Amino acid sequence: MMGMLRNLSALPSPARGRRWPCEAGSDEGPAGPHPSRLRRATLSRKRERGFAHIVVALLLSGALHSPALAVEPSELLADPKLEARARSIASELRCLVCQNQSIDDSDAPLAKDLRVIVREKVKEGASDAQVRDYLVARYGDFVLLRPPVKPETLLLWAAPALALLGGASAIFAAVRRNRRRTGAVALTEEEHAQLQALGVEPPPSAADAGEGSGGRSANSP
Amino acid sequence: MIVETGHFALVLALALALAQAILPFVGARLRDVSLMRVARPVAVAQFLLVAFAYGALTYAHVVSDFSLVNVIENSHSLKPMIYKVSGVWGNHEGSMLLWVLVLVACGAAIALLSRSMPDLLRADTLAVQGLMGAAFLAFILLTSNPFARVADPPWQGRDLNPILQDPGLAIHPPLLYLGYVGFSIVFSFAAAALIGGRIDAAWARFVRPWALAAWIFLTLGIAMGSYWAYYTLGWGGFWFWDPVENASLMPWLAGTALLHCAAVMEKREALKVWTIFLSILAFSLSLLGTFLVRSGVLTSVHAFASDPERGVFILAILIFFIGGALALFAFRASALPTGGLFAPISREGALVVNNLLLTTACATVVIGTLYPLALEALTGDKISVGAPFFNTVLIPIALPLILLMPIGQMLAWKRGDLKAALQRLRAAFAAGVVALAAFGALYGAPVLSIVSAGLAVYLVIGAFTDIAQRATLGNALARLRGLPLSAWGTAVAHAGMGLTLLGLAATGWGVEQIVAMKPGVAYEVGPYQIAIEDIASRAGPNYAETYAVMALRKGAETIAHIEPAKRFYQARRMARTEAGIVTLGFGQVYAALGEQHEDGTLDARLYYKPLVLLIWLGAVVMALGGGLSLADRRLRIGVASRARAAVQAQAAE
Repeated sequence: MMGMLRNLSALPSPARGRRWPCEAGSDEGPAGPHPSRLRRATLSRKRERGFAHIVVALLLSGALHSPALAVEPSELLADPKLEARARSIASELRCLVCQNQSIDDSDAPLAKDLRVIVREKVKEGASDAQVRDYLVARYGDFVLLRPPVKPETLLLWAAPALALLGGASAIFAAVRRNRRRTGAVALTEEEHAQLQALGVEPPPSAADAGEGSGGRSANSP
Repeated sequence: MIVETGHFALVLALALALAQAILPFVGARLRDVSLMRVARPVAVAQFLLVAFAYGALTYAHVVSDFSLVNVIENSHSLKPMIYKVSGVWGNHEGSMLLWVLVLVACGAAIALLSRSMPDLLRADTLAVQGLMGAAFLAFILLTSNPFARVADPPWQGRDLNPILQDPGLAIHPPLLYLGYVGFSIVFSFAAAALIGGRIDAAWARFVRPWALAAWIFLTLGIAMGSYWAYYTLGWGGFWFWDPVENASLMPWLAGTALLHCAAVMEKREALKVWTIFLSILAFSLSLLGTFLVRSGVLTSVHAFASDPERGVFILAILIFFIGGALALFAFRASALPTGGLFAPISREGALVVNNLLLTTACATVVIGTLYPLALEALTGDKISVGAPFFNTVLIPIALPLILLMPIGQMLAWKRGDLKAALQRLRAAFAAGVVALAAFGALYGAPVLSIVSAGLAVYLVIGAFTDIAQRATLGNALARLRGLPLSAWGTAVAHAGMGLTLLGLAATGWGVEQIVAMKPGVAYEVGPYQIAIEDIASRAGPNYAETYAVMALRKGAETIAHIEPAKRFYQARRMARTEAGIVTLGFGQVYAALGEQHEDGTLDARLYYKPLVLLIWLGAVVMALGGGLSLADRRLRIGVASRARAAVQAQAAE
């Protein structure tokens, strides 16, 4: 418990601000790899138009985020099983100072700190859920790239099913309207089964059908 | 002087855009043919003016005219020429100008390639196109003027963001914009059809080539962006479900749905209302994407509030066009005649299911992208909706869709025979199952990769099954010759999707090594070994780089050398990595450098990525399929009037 508290205070603060991009060459990022030629870059003070560049960079590149190394060799855990777990946890945690990057992909200093914390926790024997809960307690749901299911996100998680159901019922209604308009016949049992096999919402009543085939496909001139 | 002329040309273009929006529209209402025909020369002139303005801005970049704010902030005299030219669109103002250039080019293309189109339809279409041109030209001139000058020009510019100094910049944005904005043509056609109240198979024939062309460019643009990200990022990621990527995926999904239902409308006069709706939707989502990217709302709702001018302007444009089109749709759609009927089990029925799944996927991406913004605006709660969410909800939609793709191809129009279709696909099913078993035996895991790979093989074989079976029916050559090119297009495009899926599946079998490499020591990466032979430095035109010479070996044999590097750009004091990549078949070996340590070791990420190139080659094949369809005689522009007669004859049958 004490260890937990100590770690809590040692956690990096999100108040470093949401600077973007998490690119090498920002003040703390790994920059010049060759000390003889390339010095660590300092953050250009001229970032006043940084945002526009970022947006442009994003738009143009589709997805260019960080140009440098994220997970470093020195961070890796010796036990491959624990390391694999740590990476899978890290891949679903957001780098808080980046635009939509996981801490596993980001080379921002904060992401590195969080990766180290995740690995410490995993080494201490915490479960995946415990590691996540620990970070959520500190940073809120924002840190989770997979939003938790709760009242505020219910609509989000239900959206695909709602869209599918809504679309299917609209198609169903249109089919019924068309049939009424043309007096076409309903489906046979067989067609009904085929439809279901296709995953399409079949019309409910096959009973009031006349004969199964024939005039249904009659084309209006 | 050239710059001022360019600025003036832009203002003149705005005036012409307004004329193009008003005169043909009024002419169409008064049935005044000469007024309606004003649209064509005006559209062409408007394009020439914007092209001139664009050329003037390019000139300023090429000669490094540092009296322009835009050039100061995004250029540098030492920047290579390719990035001076492509850097024009590597910033907000310039990329908006490219956006408008494509928009007015679309208008000019309609004007020049629509001789057989009814005057009324052409006039209304060009009027809507003109209105959009006016809105975005006003946006550029009022909020994002690329021709703004400074009083005291500096000696040197601040250079382009190093991330953008890549050949990808020269290719990706123009392709993406041709796709994105190309859908404006389809939008204008839909609005014109709603205004005029006439919509028939001939309308679908006018629209489908444009939708197809936009879709081809968008497909290539997205694939190019993805490959660019892949080789630049340093770890080979290629899709991140970033809102900006989603902004391009949304119109792609809607556009793909549109292509398929426009086929139904063209062939069978069915799904008219839905085709119109998708035509509006595809470009509306392009506009939404532009808004998301340009307003600043993405980074934070607060960033939007802090720089409201541009954001509010685009939001107003967005609301006007999307709202206007949807209102028109709601008002007019019920009056549109419904067309041909079809049995649920038929080509049309399968395409309806295709549209249902594609629009569900599209809605999911839209909601997933906007949800965090809406939630933060409403409650202040901040959540993240990232890759894990999209993968979780979209895979269950995508896999059934892929399973259905070859089946849909097998069903006849009007009324199909499902059992016969499934029987004809026996070979494809068998191939899929064999592939599944083979990949399962070879790799064992992950299950999703193995299932997807099996599906991919089934899809590729299934895509060509119909054509192959026709060829074996006897008199093969005549039968294949009789097949319309669009049938080949469908098969090729579907097979391309299969290739992409196979590439995606194979990402599960990649090998990653994160190591501190000692020079001279070989490290295992899948079936290969990589060793550093040398570490050195050199200077580029506007950067300095440190690179490692790595030998790629298989056993004792050295296959290739790669030179992953880290570059440092002096002007912006920013670094970026250059990955070293070797292509072996469809797979790649990929190396990226990290920090160098005192003891001489060099941090590196080494990857073996089997079949990874298929992800993008598949997209190229998809685009090729689109191109084949586009080359189909029936779709060629100018054939439409004859086609209309043909459709009437067909309907009378």
